[in-house]
Amino acid sequence: MSAAGFSTGRLVRLAETARAPVGFTFDGEALTGLEGDTVLTAILLSRGALRASEFGPEARAGFCLMGACQDCWVWQEEGPRLRACSTPLAEGMRLLSAAPAQWPARSA
Amino acid sequence: MSRVLIAGAGPAGIRAAETLAGAGLHPVVVDEAARAGGQIYRRPPVGFTRPPEKLYGSEAAKARALHGSFDALVAEGRITHLPGRSVLALRDGVAYVLGEAREEIRHDRLILATGATDRLAPVPGWQAGGVYSLGAAQIALKTQGVALGRRIVLAGTGPLLTLLASQLQAAGAQVAAVLDTAPLRAQLTGGVGMALARPLVTLRGLRLRVGLGRIYHAGVTLERIETDESGPTAMVWCDARGRRHETRCDMVGLGWHLRADGTLADIAGARFDWDRAFHQWLPRADALGRAGEGLYLAGDGLRILGADGAELAGQVAAIACLQDLGLPHPEPAPLLRQLARMRRFAEAMACAFPWPDEAIGRLPDDTVICRCEGVRAGDLRNTLPLSGPEANRAKSLGRVGMGRCQGRYCQLAGAEIIAAASGRPPSEVGRLRAQPPARPAPVGAWLSEAPTECEAEAE
Repeated sequence: MSAAGFSTGRLVRLAETARAPVGFTFDGEALTGLEGDTVLTAILLSRGALRASEFGPEARAGFCLMGACQDCWVWQEEGPRLRACSTPLAEGMRLLSAAPAQWPARSA
Repeated sequence: MSRVLIAGAGPAGIRAAETLAGAGLHPVVVDEAARAGGQIYRRPPVGFTRPPEKLYGSEAAKARALHGSFDALVAEGRITHLPGRSVLALRDGVAYVLGEAREEIRHDRLILATGATDRLAPVPGWQAGGVYSLGAAQIALKTQGVALGRRIVLAGTGPLLTLLASQLQAAGAQVAAVLDTAPLRAQLTGGVGMALARPLVTLRGLRLRVGLGRIYHAGVTLERIETDESGPTAMVWCDARGRRHETRCDMVGLGWHLRADGTLADIAGARFDWDRAFHQWLPRADALGRAGEGLYLAGDGLRILGADGAELAGQVAAIACLQDLGLPHPEPAPLLRQLARMRRFAEAMACAFPWPDEAIGRLPDDTVICRCEGVRAGDLRNTLPLSGPEANRAKSLGRVGMGRCQGRYCQLAGAEIIAAASGRPPSEVGRLRAQPPARPAPVGAWLSEAPTECEAEAE
């Protein structure tokens, strides 16, 4: 799978494909997005969903893309969540579709 | 000497800032986006190369002018731009703001230009991942250069439905069907009023519609979205003659025009009235946008007049602010005359593309109404004997409006369900009261160190 053009996920790139690649992981798997992608764009170009719903069997993939619906929260391995539609992808991000096992982290 | 805070950097917020700066004030503009422009003139990240003509079509010159004006004001140090931040609460002249860190911004006067979101009517199956708002599909195309699916069905009503379908097609996406719930007869009646108020804009919309050809259908009834574990697989719908169709797809975009986002206006103390034309609750304000002591409203968050109307309303609200400060100001009368024309156009448009209130009232019991928490129409109806037909009590007991979107996408549909079940108009069902925080915020932000205190700059 290449970062530009061809996609194995829900989204399809139609334009702006000449940007530098950005590496990140989602549920432990190495993926590549492009500089300027949001976290939502980068994940959904390779995957069908961001997370599972807490209240039903369906998957979640964002809804409004303008920060109003809060459907697109994903987790980071270090804990805090991100709103995927409004967070730019950054090199080395380690993202998760569910809360990390040790959360909330307990400090002595 | 006055400290003016503006929330929102769309067409209304930008023109308000420009007008205040023109009078020698130095407003502070807080906005959630990384770059100013708002939603309709939203800008892609730095480094993207498509020119405004490609992104905004016939509105490219307006987008260029707005972006250029705002960037110049920032570069000249005449306004302060605080991007990437949400105003979460307002109290006693302090805005509680959260970005990467927590901030408190003191101000004497507040201009809210918070805009609108898509207005959503539930369709059975719409809780699936891969169903988006129409606005989402446009944002994805404009600011990320992506389509949200390979085979797209767009449904709902309003000007965005046609515009988005044309934009997606032009960009190379496959649009399988454009399903308009507005009957052709309503569109013709409303269309006459639209054409009288703004002939060129109406003609442009009509031309886009004709360009869609046979994928466009008016007067449809949406039955359900078929789904599997991957998301939508088809839209099942009936045409105006009652014939059933099933259109295969992997993405559905939904939207019924816009809903004014009055969250911050409510928190700031504005009153609200049920607006018959726009079929929703809208904040009460005078002709210039005054909604309370030192509180001014502008743009789609006040009245859904679109981007051109928002530019005018932003200037007018800033003029009201200058009047109240006793400062020299531009003459508002010509702007108010233009706004009146925008209002005639918008009201005719609301008739042309009506909100499907009766269809919502009849939705089957197993239809999800609250997409955040999966609360169904039947759950809400079963709540009513306990809660009574009042939206806030039904929310407390039935959780429609309690989820993390805070009612933005369910409260108008929920009101129709309560109204139909109790035999009264939605205006009598009441409006969900907004409460801070205006966006969900991590508790950790309040446990960490003290906020940065800034003063919206004086003079």
